[in-house]
Amino acid sequence: MADTAAGMAAAVEVPFRGGGFAPRPKRWVGPATFLALIALAEWGTWAGWISPLTLPRPSAVVETLIALARSGLMFDHLLPSLTRLAVGAALGVGAGIAVGVLIGLFSHLRAALVPLVAALFPIPKIALLPLFVIWFGIDEGSKYALIAFGTFTPTVVATFGAVDNVDRSLIRMGQSFGLSWWSIVRKIVLPGAMPGILSGLRISLAIAIILLVAAEMLGARYGIGAYILEAGALYDLERLFAGVVILSLLGVLTSAAIGALERRLLGWRG
Amino acid sequence: MDIRLEAIGHDYGRTEVLRDITLDIPSGRIVCLVGPSGCGKSTLLRLIGGLERPARGRVLMLGEPPADCLNPLTFVFQDFALLPWRTVRGNVALVLEDHRLPPGRMEAVISDVLARTRLSDFAGALPRQLSGGMKQRVAIARALAVNPAVMLMDEPLSALDAQTRELLMDDLVALWTRTPFTAVYVTHNLAEAVRLGHRVAVLSRRPGRIREVVEIDRPLGERGYADADLERIQKHLWGLMRDEARAADEELVDG
Repeated sequence: MADTAAGMAAAVEVPFRGGGFAPRPKRWVGPATFLALIALAEWGTWAGWISPLTLPRPSAVVETLIALARSGLMFDHLLPSLTRLAVGAALGVGAGIAVGVLIGLFSHLRAALVPLVAALFPIPKIALLPLFVIWFGIDEGSKYALIAFGTFTPTVVATFGAVDNVDRSLIRMGQSFGLSWWSIVRKIVLPGAMPGILSGLRISLAIAIILLVAAEMLGARYGIGAYILEAGALYDLERLFAGVVILSLLGVLTSAAIGALERRLLGWRG
Repeated sequence: MDIRLEAIGHDYGRTEVLRDITLDIPSGRIVCLVGPSGCGKSTLLRLIGGLERPARGRVLMLGEPPADCLNPLTFVFQDFALLPWRTVRGNVALVLEDHRLPPGRMEAVISDVLARTRLSDFAGALPRQLSGGMKQRVAIARALAVNPAVMLMDEPLSALDAQTRELLMDDLVALWTRTPFTAVYVTHNLAEAVRLGHRVAVLSRRPGRIREVVEIDRPLGERGYADADLERIQKHLWGLMRDEARAADEELVDG
C-alpha cells in the first residue's frame, strides 16, 4: 500500500513534446494579412502620420485603378504585357524543359551543358538587353528573347534535378518489361519529374514577370512596365502603385494557376 | 522454355560477387535461390533477366517462349515498382501499351489478370490507396499480363508483414496450381523457399557459389503450414546457411 501511495505522490503527467513542424493550410490568414496592412496604410495616410509623399492612400490607388479600367487604358497596357509574358515564358520554359530532360538523360550532353548553364545562370539578363535589341530588333522580338532567356536557365536547372530524382527502380522496371526508350521517357521519367518541374516553374514565372517590367521600361509605349516608368517619372505615386498592384496580382494569379496545375497533374500524391 | 546458367561469374569493381554458377531452371518449375545477405542472389536474378551483363559465363534460353508471350523474362520486384501516378488498371496497361494489341485484347487481358489476382474491384485505385499485399498483387497481375515464359521474383514478399506474406504465398500457390509457371524466386526466407520451391539452390557468402541444390518433390498444393518433412528440409537448409550467414554478417561492407 505504501508502495502505491509513494507511486501516487510521484505521478507526473508526461509532458507533450510532439507537434509543430507540420504546416497546415489556413485559408483566411493570407487575405487577412493583406487587408490588415492595407487598412494600416489607409489609416496612417488618413490620420496624417504617413505623409502622402511616402505612400499613396490605398483608396486613392483603387480609384486610379478603377479610372484606368474605365478609360480602357488598362487593357491597352495589359494586353501587350500578357502577350510578351505568355510568348516569352512559353519559349523559355518549353526549351528549358526539353534541354533539362536531355541533360538528365544523356551523359555527354550533361557534361557539355551543365557548365554552360552554370555560366549563363548568374548573368543579369537585363544587362544583355542592348545585345538582344541588336539580335532580335527593338520591337517585340528582344522582349520575347529576354523573358525566354531569363526563364530558360532556372527551368533547365529545376528539370534536370527533377529527372535525376526520378526513382531508378521504376526505370529498371520499364526496361525489364521491354518498354521502348520513348515510352520510358514519356510514361515514367516525365511524370516522375513533374513535381520538380512544376516547382521550378513557380520560380521561372516570377522571374518572367520581373524581366517583363524591366524590358518594358527600356523601350515600350504600352505595357505595365512602361506605365509604371511614366508614373515614376512624373512622381505620380497613385499611378505608380496602381501599376505595382497589377504586377502583384499577376504574380498571385500565375502562382494560383500553377497551384491548379499541380492539383490536376499531381493529384496522385494525395 | 528452360533457362540454363553456364559458369556465371560477376564482379562489382574489384569485388567478386558471383563465381562459377551453373544451374538449370526447367519449364513449369519454381527454383528458389537462397543465401545470406550480400551473396549476390539478386545480382544473379538481374543477370538472368538481362538487366546486367555477366562478366563471365552465359545465360541461355532453351526452346521457344509461348506464342502469345509478350515479355519472356518478367520481373516481380521487392519494392513493387508501381507507377504512383497510374491506377491499378493503368499500371497493368503500361506493359501492354507498347505491343499494339488488337482492339479489345488489352482490356480483356487486364480484366483477366485482375480477376486472377482478385483485384477487379480495385481497378480504379491509385497505389497509395492500397496495402502492401495488394500492391504486390498488382505487380504480380502486371507480370502475368505479358504472359511470361519465366517470372523472376526478387524477394517479392520481403517488404510485407508476416500475415500478408502467408496470404500471398497461398495466392502464389493457387496461381501456380491453376496454370503452372516457371519462376526463379530469390529470398532469404527459408520458409518461403520450402513452401514455393521445387528446387532450392543454396548460395554461399560472397563470392556466391552454389553450395547445394535441394529438390523438394511434394506438390505445392500439399505443402501445409507445419509439415514435418518440410521442417526437416528447412533445418537442413539452415544448417547449410548458418555459418555462411554468420561469417557474412561479420564482413565489412566494402572490405
